[in-house]
Amino acid sequence: MSVFQIVQAGTAPGLPEPVSPRNVPHRGGDANPSAEALKLRFGGAVSRVDVVWGETAVTIDVARALEIVQWLHDDETQSYEYLVDVTAVEFRDRDQPMEMIWHLRSIKYRRFLRLKAQLPKGKPMHVPSICPVYKSADWLERECYDMFGITFDGHPDLRRILLWEQYAEGFPLRKDFPLRGRFSRAEQLRQALAANPEARYSMEELAIADAFEELPLDMRARIKGGESTGE
Amino acid sequence: MATTRTIEVELSTTGLGADGKPQRVPLVAGDAGSRFAHAPTDIESDLVGEHMLINIGPQHPATHGVLRLVLELDGETVVRCIPHIGYLHCGFEKIGEYRQYNQIIPWTDRDDYLNCIGNNIAFALGAERLFGIEITPRCIVLRVIAMELSRISSHLVWMGTTGIDIGAFTPFLWSFQERENIYNLLEGWVGARLTTSATRVGGMAADIPDGWLDGLHAFMRSLPKTLDECDRMLTRNGIWVGRTVGLGVMTPEEALNYGLSGPMIRASGVAYDVRKDFPYLDYETYDFEVPVGTSGDVYDRYLVRMEEMRQSVRIIEQAITRLPDGPVNVDDPRVILPPKHKATSEMESMIHHFKNVMEGPRPPVGESYVAVESPKGEKGYYMVSDGTSKPVRWRIRPPSFVNLSAIPKMVEGHLLSDVIAINASIDIVMGEIDR
Amino acid sequence: MGLTAPAKSHVVSIDPANTDSWMTTRLDFLVNWGRANSLWPMPFGTACCAIEFMASAASKFDLARFGMERMGYSPRQADVLICAGRVPFKLAPVLRRIWQQMPQPKWAISMGACASTGGMFDNYAVVQGIDTIIPVDVYVPGCPPRPEALIYGIMMLQKKVMKDRMGDTAARDEMEPDPKSQFYIPATLVDELSEPFGNSVQQTRSGM
Repeated sequence: MSVFQIVQAGTAPGLPEPVSPRNVPHRGGDANPSAEALKLRFGGAVSRVDVVWGETAVTIDVARALEIVQWLHDDETQSYEYLVDVTAVEFRDRDQPMEMIWHLRSIKYRRFLRLKAQLPKGKPMHVPSICPVYKSADWLERECYDMFGITFDGHPDLRRILLWEQYAEGFPLRKDFPLRGRFSRAEQLRQALAANPEARYSMEELAIADAFEELPLDMRARIKGGESTGE
Repeated sequence: MATTRTIEVELSTTGLGADGKPQRVPLVAGDAGSRFAHAPTDIESDLVGEHMLINIGPQHPATHGVLRLVLELDGETVVRCIPHIGYLHCGFEKIGEYRQYNQIIPWTDRDDYLNCIGNNIAFALGAERLFGIEITPRCIVLRVIAMELSRISSHLVWMGTTGIDIGAFTPFLWSFQERENIYNLLEGWVGARLTTSATRVGGMAADIPDGWLDGLHAFMRSLPKTLDECDRMLTRNGIWVGRTVGLGVMTPEEALNYGLSGPMIRASGVAYDVRKDFPYLDYETYDFEVPVGTSGDVYDRYLVRMEEMRQSVRIIEQAITRLPDGPVNVDDPRVILPPKHKATSEMESMIHHFKNVMEGPRPPVGESYVAVESPKGEKGYYMVSDGTSKPVRWRIRPPSFVNLSAIPKMVEGHLLSDVIAINASIDIVMGEIDR
Repeated sequence: MGLTAPAKSHVVSIDPANTDSWMTTRLDFLVNWGRANSLWPMPFGTACCAIEFMASAASKFDLARFGMERMGYSPRQADVLICAGRVPFKLAPVLRRIWQQMPQPKWAISMGACASTGGMFDNYAVVQGIDTIIPVDVYVPGCPPRPEALIYGIMMLQKKVMKDRMGDTAARDEMEPDPKSQFYIPATLVDELSEPFGNSVQQTRSGM
């Protein structure tokens, strides 16, 4: 039975004691030192640094996102071991590009960093996947794809996670997706009920067992025809 | 609908073979990290059994909600686990874009429904950061009390349901009996047992009534006795120890990389607690300890959560002594509703009331992410404002979602009944995972 | 209704098809009494209502005294499906399958606002009331309903069970929506019939 060495937080030398933030200014304020380090190292890929309500947001070039995140994770002076979140924001103003957001934390330096990247609309949205760096990015990126339709290049298994795979109404968190969905309630219910709960096994799962023999004939025929059965 | 799609993953099949059946690539030896590294490859074929496909859920008593696990079993041993979620996806983040900030608060009750008042507070902290509001000292201490009560409540449910999963039914009844005391306290304060909607942007829905603190004192005296009883029942119980030690081990590096948080990561030896490292609500001024485990197994997670409940009692007792008098809501008419007698007699108050109810308070353009330590882990609400009364984006950072993504790693090589124990130890809430 | 002359005789109508004799009514009573006081629930708990259901089953409110001691997690051995919590569209076929797997006699309680009408989740993802999927006997409002409210709903169900008659052979017939039946309304016709406001009463408020 293994006994692990405890990893303490805030082990970097010279860190101030953490205090609850008080009277945080709207804009301005101290930026996260990593912003400066990113500007020094990646120069052109960093287009702006904002400090909004005490949080530093660094806007980077989306094509170099994986490289930047990898450096932030590996470099000793940055040491962002923890990925908090991967998400996207679409604004109500249609001309404003969508923003891809990564939230990172450094446990060693007690820092929080927000990385942003602009995704112009009108063309397919591709973002490099940061799965090689953080395993938690796997599901977080799948959810982002499910809700926004952003494709993550290099993701091992990019498919819908919260909605079923053949969900036909679109990507819910887009601003052009109406709150109650595109189809009528009756149609939504019909589509939902038409899904056979037992048919929801992926090819991978069906290959595992002799389950294939027990599948109904029409389903076997559809799988032979190349249909992916959802999930 | 016949759609073809290529999956870029190492499947155990390369598609359909000539005979029309899925071709199998048998999982042999496993990779270096897998516990299946010792899988026999040279045994005669009739001794190697077919792997079974078992589906657990989505309706199942032991999955803690509507989680679906598809397991590949070799006999009783799990070779692979594929979780499917989304059976409780209710469009929280979408509807947050159509609601004013105070109207979102009931929604925060329902995403992690075991930590309702904790979520209310997490959201209010984020919204107050977005608005640039400093809350009153009384509100700060009341929120600390509420958060810790919520933590105790959630851990009690966890303990009860994990006990049931592993086979111990009685602690469930004891923990729910203690939770009734918490429910009575919350009902006396805000009127609701479970879905409290207790905070508002700039303060709380109501101040505590007279005599509430006496009830809280009484609860603080009775809870440790129940915790001792549960301790006596479980902690050194041979069955409990045998069923939980060594299960679902995550090393500290893995835990950090998989983004685990809360008791999950602390049981794996990483001393990361948002209350200590990125404090809020003056937590740095309270004297409490954060339990950290060293084995990263289910037993350590149990010990961490039991100890956290005792530390929460400690925090609440300190908070009670330092509770200052004064108003609980900030005195800003743009955010807080005026008292009713003023709203019905003074013109200005009436206008403020009207604007706050019909349009809602409007924050400046900006964004905020305030993370709190929920009983499940690091919980935060990321909200982006464009100056209107409804957020452009309301994102829930779900600790259980990220914690659950590690389950395929944790159950590899364990037995089927261990899967249930490991699943229970993650302390998932499907409402938060699926949102 | 205005002033009308009070009825001079009390008219009782007897259903000619009801051939229940004294014996069958006594048997009915016995069977119904047995069923009503040992309704084994199938807790289809999804969200917050499931927590209040667990609180109802715990010591303070104790569902066991209503005969609901044994939670039937397998639908094959349950009498009443208590749908506690919101049901999204992804879960809808599962709920229907669970209902189909329960043997007759079976009842359904829709616990909470979300199960009864979709609750606060009037959006793309949630079924607006499980009675669109399964036949519901008792609706318990609340978000979540207090344990006392759930117990009241269960007692209402017990009263309903007591009124069952063995002679009523059509009561326990299960009918699947049959596209060939004259009563079947296809989805497109539903949409036409619900125009201009759509199938949700708040459709006009979209965007608000």
